[in-house]
Amino acid sequence: SSVESVSHRGIMRNACLATYLLTIRLFSSGISSATPTEETNDAGNLMDFLDEPFPDVGTYEDFHTIDWLREKSRDTDRHRKITSKSKESIWEFIKSLLDAWSGWLVMLLIGLLSGTLAGVIDLAVDWMTDLKEGVCLSALWYSHEQCCWTSNETTFADRDKCPQWQKWAELMTGYTEGAGVYLLNYFLYVLWALFFSFLAVSLVRVFAPYACGSGIPEIKTILSGFIIRGYLGKWTLLIKTVTLVLAVSSGLSLGKEGPLVHVACCCGNLFCSLFSKYSKNEGKRREVLSAAAAAGVSVAFGAPIGGVLFSLEEVSYYFPLKTLWRSFFAALVAAFTLRSINPFGNNRLVLFYVEYHTPWYMAELVPFILLGVFGGLWGTLFIRCNIAWCRRRKTTLLGKYPVLEVIVVTGITAVLAFPNPYTRRSTSELISELFNDCGSLESSQLCDYINNPNMSRPVDDIPDRPAGPGVYSALWQLTLALVFKIVITIFTFGMKIPSGLFIPSMAVGAIAGRIVGIAVEQMAYHHHDWIIFKNWCRPGADCVTPGLYAMVGAAACLGGVTRMTVSLVVIMFELTGGLEYIVPLMAAAVTSKWVADAFGKEGIYEAHIQLNGYPYLDQDEFTHRTLATDVMRPRRNEPPLALLTQDSTTVEDVETLIKDTDYNGFPVVVSHESERLIGFVQRRDLILAIKSARQKQDGVVSNSVVHFTEDAPQIPASNPQPLKLRRILNLSPFTVTDHTPMETVVDIFRKLGLRQCLVTRSGRLLGIITKKDVLRHMAQMMNQDPESIMFN
Amino acid sequence: MSSSIAQNLRIAAVLLVFLVLIDVISLAYADKCICPPYRNISGHIYKKNVSQKDCNCLHVVEPMPVPGHDVEAYCLLCECKYEERSSNTIKVTIIIYLSVVGALLLYMLFLFLVDPLIRKHDPYTMPLQNEEDSEDVRPRVDGSQGRGNTVLERVEGAQQRWKKQVQEQRKTVFDRHKLLS
Repeated sequence: SSVESVSHRGIMRNACLATYLLTIRLFSSGISSATPTEETNDAGNLMDFLDEPFPDVGTYEDFHTIDWLREKSRDTDRHRKITSKSKESIWEFIKSLLDAWSGWLVMLLIGLLSGTLAGVIDLAVDWMTDLKEGVCLSALWYSHEQCCWTSNETTFADRDKCPQWQKWAELMTGYTEGAGVYLLNYFLYVLWALFFSFLAVSLVRVFAPYACGSGIPEIKTILSGFIIRGYLGKWTLLIKTVTLVLAVSSGLSLGKEGPLVHVACCCGNLFCSLFSKYSKNEGKRREVLSAAAAAGVSVAFGAPIGGVLFSLEEVSYYFPLKTLWRSFFAALVAAFTLRSINPFGNNRLVLFYVEYHTPWYMAELVPFILLGVFGGLWGTLFIRCNIAWCRRRKTTLLGKYPVLEVIVVTGITAVLAFPNPYTRRSTSELISELFNDCGSLESSQLCDYINNPNMSRPVDDIPDRPAGPGVYSALWQLTLALVFKIVITIFTFGMKIPSGLFIPSMAVGAIAGRIVGIAVEQMAYHHHDWIIFKNWCRPGADCVTPGLYAMVGAAACLGGVTRMTVSLVVIMFELTGGLEYIVPLMAAAVTSKWVADAFGKEGIYEAHIQLNGYPYLDQDEFTHRTLATDVMRPRRNEPPLALLTQDSTTVEDVETLIKDTDYNGFPVVVSHESERLIGFVQRRDLILAIKSARQKQDGVVSNSVVHFTEDAPQIPASNPQPLKLRRILNLSPFTVTDHTPMETVVDIFRKLGLRQCLVTRSGRLLGIITKKDVLRHMAQMMNQDPESIMFN
Repeated sequence: MSSSIAQNLRIAAVLLVFLVLIDVISLAYADKCICPPYRNISGHIYKKNVSQKDCNCLHVVEPMPVPGHDVEAYCLLCECKYEERSSNTIKVTIIIYLSVVGALLLYMLFLFLVDPLIRKHDPYTMPLQNEEDSEDVRPRVDGSQGRGNTVLERVEGAQQRWKKQVQEQRKTVFDRHKLLS
């Protein structure tokens, strides 16, 4: 234990990537059990927050992969220790119970905080989006809808307006009509949009650069075992929440769902640091983060079950059954918290909740499948264009001016969005209007149908009606909005502000779906004697619901971009509350996935992972016939393996080896002649152990022999004292023989979460395969650039 | 372990209090019925504070503009919606949000304008601080290498570490484009 309870100072001081204060304080040195006392005792003490942190930040370095097997065995040890101690006294028994419950407590806290933050975000976005156009005079903090709802002066003719809420031009000049008024409103709209986005990008740049982007590709990588320090920290949480509101309110074509997943995972990380069970064990921490991701999607869509399935399908890497139940609990608590805040006033969690039960007909599957094809094609187009643009941003001059880029894109978006009433409002409101069926009292242009004055049917059973002129002009505007959204989202996703992808994709799909729906509706009305309509559509009946087509289109486009299947359908039908629409949604989702997969295997998140070169080992099958010898290092023209022997290396040799190479670990063999394998030792552990030994143990000098054996080697008494490092040696490294097919090797890496694997032949050590080598080999086999793998 | 439990309970208590405060008393709810023009009656909007189960035309539309036998036909045309709002929640949330944004803005201005000016005076003020605040010295368990342990020193140290960290993040994301490109 003397080796392990080292004062981890000095070596890691130059690692500028130290984590945030509280996390460091409680993180401490994960290896040792004999930790310094300030680890848990003074957690609430402000002075200790400000202490200099241990330079050893946890057990893993930044941008490295964790060792899943080691984390698992450490957790088993901890659990066994607690269980054996629990029999000693009542207090120990209670402590073991609390340890078992701590998982559920963490889930509860995550749900509460995620729900609260989502409620705050929803309310603030509501208000600030309307702030671009005007202000409520009776209560400054009300949005347009809230202001008019509480007013008593709305008339039937003007049921969407009220005198309390005034546009800026009206407030400043007193007039409501005229070209000058329109231009003034236009100008102020653009000004507000620019102000919001400038504020957002400045805050991100100054306080938390990790808060930009969607966050889901990075979280996927983190959950597969990668370490990115600070990505889930407190400042990132704060800045992401604040700037998400600003980014969405500025009218840019982005959503808040992906960033909400990041926010929820930050909450998960925050609460993990309160319990040593999770803060010291990276594997257990990732279980909590999987559940937190489920809570994030749950509050974004009001879909707890969909959130759990999303976490299972898209985000998590290992998802044991225990995590399933805990994710469900976290998602439920989050949804309940959000509902109690009730940001939209209708006790629903999402703005575009619809609830109608009109049936659909078999013949309508044809347009639904067409919408699926459209979704798949759009998904492919979007992924290719967006990746090309992001690659350009990464490599050329465009990447040097992030603030300017955000401002220019916002300016273009605002200037082009204002004239079209469908793009002027927020995207969520647009989707809500497109999803909703037209009752007889809707006053929007989209619902300008020619009503039969003698008709007296209840508002939810209106028969099909011919379209009035308002509908046709709305169709033109919607088509323009569709083209605009398709183009501008390509440039918006990936900028240096929090940006999500779900809402813009759903908007594109909803617009396309509604257009198709109105077309089918009018065809059914005017040509009800055609064979395809005759069977199921009587004149005077409510056959076609364009809102349903919008929903199906939204699902198709979202599926085409993200390649989600089951979770998408569950989210959509939790959004709509209509179980009878599962079949159309499934048909569209499956079709769009087939069409999109025909052009490229990856969804948008996998494509971004590949663009950034993250070490993410895909779940796809590896079907090439290469062997382990083809991939292992060292190759023929490379220097031989850097080895340590079990009892003939000196401290100085080890230090030279560490200085000259940058390998993450070294195999330990019996001797240089017979290279029979003993074990594997990590570079980091070696550095720390030698440093500690030099400081603490007497007689350890550069000429001291390092031995990994149980007993010290036979040396004359005049030689300096040997240094025993058996504690840091991993005696059970994974080995494969040189003729093992790479298929098996990739499978082992994926299923066990290995970082490296040693290759032997008849017991002799030949070489080593690291995860980076595996990824490079897979990239090479798929004719991609193997040099794009950046990280270990 | 026990103190982490204590801290957990503290945080849980704070969260619950916060939530209760948010979902505060002045819950306003109302039912709104929109009735279109019917025969010679103009369109009108009726509002009344009723609970959700009473949210229908018969309870809300008062006084009924049509005689008894026409009520059903009239009510079929009306559309009633129930909504519940808590104006205090909205006010508190917006005010909290704006104050957070304002605080961040002020801190940003401070970092850019005031901090560089303060930094220049640092080497001269530090020895004085140590003498005055010696009562505030707390025993440090891990041995600090003599960096001084007054409150201000520690705040400075923490702030410096945080700034270095953010700078490293900025280099990774904005300059080297290693992450989040």
